[in-house]
Amino acid sequence: MDLQTLTYIIVGATFLLYIGIAIWARAGSTHEFYVAGGGVSPLANGMATAADWMSAASFISMAGLISFMGYDGSVYLMGWTGGYVLLALCLAPYLRKFGKFTVPDFIGDRYYSQTARTVAVVCAILVSFVYVAGQMRGVGVVFSRFLEVDIETGVVVGMAVVFFYAVLGGMKGITYTQVAQYCVLIFAYMVPAVFISLMITGNPIPQFGFGDSIEGTDTYLLDKLDGLSKELGFALYTDGTKSMMDVFAITAALMVGTAGLPHVIVRFFTVPRVKDARISAGWALIFIMILYTTAPSVGAFARYNLINTINGADQQGTLVSETPQWVSNWAKTGLIKHEDKNGDGRMFYSGDDRNEMTIDRDIMVLANPEIAKLPNWVIALVAAGAIAAALSTAAGLLLVISTSISHDLLKRNLMPNISDKMELRYARGAAAVAILVAGYLGINPPGFVAEVVAFAFGLAAASFFPAIILGIFYKKMNKEGAIAGMLAGMVFTIGYIVYFKGIFITPMAANIPANWFLGISPEGIGTVGMLVNFIVAFVVSKFTKEVPVEVQDIVESIRFPKGAGAASAH
Amino acid sequence: MAFHSSEQASAYWRENVSLMLKLLAIWFAVSFGAGILFVDALNAVQFFGFKLGFWFAQQGSIYVFVLLIFVYVVKMNQLDQKYNVQED
Repeated sequence: MDLQTLTYIIVGATFLLYIGIAIWARAGSTHEFYVAGGGVSPLANGMATAADWMSAASFISMAGLISFMGYDGSVYLMGWTGGYVLLALCLAPYLRKFGKFTVPDFIGDRYYSQTARTVAVVCAILVSFVYVAGQMRGVGVVFSRFLEVDIETGVVVGMAVVFFYAVLGGMKGITYTQVAQYCVLIFAYMVPAVFISLMITGNPIPQFGFGDSIEGTDTYLLDKLDGLSKELGFALYTDGTKSMMDVFAITAALMVGTAGLPHVIVRFFTVPRVKDARISAGWALIFIMILYTTAPSVGAFARYNLINTINGADQQGTLVSETPQWVSNWAKTGLIKHEDKNGDGRMFYSGDDRNEMTIDRDIMVLANPEIAKLPNWVIALVAAGAIAAALSTAAGLLLVISTSISHDLLKRNLMPNISDKMELRYARGAAAVAILVAGYLGINPPGFVAEVVAFAFGLAAASFFPAIILGIFYKKMNKEGAIAGMLAGMVFTIGYIVYFKGIFITPMAANIPANWFLGISPEGIGTVGMLVNFIVAFVVSKFTKEVPVEVQDIVESIRFPKGAGAASAH
Repeated sequence: MAFHSSEQASAYWRENVSLMLKLLAIWFAVSFGAGILFVDALNAVQFFGFKLGFWFAQQGSIYVFVLLIFVYVVKMNQLDQKYNVQED
């Protein structure tokens, strides 16, 4: 059977599965829409959180980035997993005991202030929109590549599917759909990784093959890669080029940002007990770990295969007449280019002026099965996995946006008297509008989609995280301090990113290490923004009115599990 | 109030925070310590086919993160029992 037919069959079958689940688990009340009735088991919740968390970026781009960045790629690996430790230990159990639907709910009640709630709603919507725009684009790219339609059609198909299950199912539908999506995406990720690990190192477990010797020789894969990098004028694979300060700041910003992302935090409201909130984060991280420890192995294998198939085993360059099939396949998309600079009729890839190749990093995971000459069903499976990853994240984010609008903004702010039923209707309406806007952004991406992902993490790190941590661990933090801190952290972070990246305006300075504050790139500046937030919050709280006793009592009561009811609106 | 006295409440909270800080210290040590600050020194050590610092940055830290969460869950459940503040 040809690749096209197989892709239609496999992707189609997974779609039927997701839609079936969405219909089966249709939400009947706001409670089920927002938090799945609090009746999701920690294991299922962990799996859903993992699918929600692992986006098209994790599935498609991350291994490719690591393959080109080597050691520097560690910032994503540690950053996007380490945040779960913070979540489990410092946030999840307390927020669950607090028993509200959303992050702005917590901020608004803990800081006894509508202003605080509004600041938090604005942050939540901003962060989620920034994130979802990139996801819709990812959905479009995958659909258009594998169904061979243009990208506009790809985005529209994706919008229709997301609309169907996010809007109808709410949190309950999404949670169970995401469980199915996790299974599809992890299977699709592991199958080619195991095959390729076997081919290169003879070891079936990619995590071990990563540190094994190359089949038929005594040379370790990583030593071989370091050797090749040196010969070809790249930085050593195990060394990287970023400064230690920058690696530190980016890792910290991604970790803290992860713990502050509203669509991740909200997952911990969906379990029945505080105990389950703690263990949910553990299950989520186990399921995430499987992909995140495989990704660097895939990156290293891909690097080795890439250099060998282009430069040839003798590192003299492959004759153009003998171009490998996968290179000519992807050359059609324009994502690989060869320019025969020295006119010797051979391709050559290197990090110095001998280089003749332009290779897009995002193709590595998708091209990997083709490079390794795996059967067509594996390639079709990878397509289904990539689509599952992109859809599950987009749906989770849309839910946060619609909840923020219907619950935090309308119910708690503008129209407190609307009925449960009306609120649910507004939530669905908001989700529909959000999908249209996200779809529009997916078809007409503002030039900065890639840049704004770092923006989302920086914002979450600099705004929510300190406000929540202080709300739990520092009883004396008052509303003035929290609001001032969130605003200061946000303004600083946005200002720094705009200064160098120039979103909507021309950048005011070149985005190079010499210009950066303490050598920290805009990607890592959320870490500094977080510190600014903490400091401003402390100073302001010292000079303003003390926290009311009732609020201090609430803080006392979220610090132990006993008496946690189901999450509620009031 | 779920606790018998406010001394009990603050004793529970102290134990909770001290457990959390200990685990966060390990969290910091394996990622920011072994994976970033001391990566060059650890890279002098060979660990199977890996340089040790590189292994911590791309594999080891993630395994430790998972362990930390499960240790926390077990210890906290014990602590809840001890002070009788577990859920019914």
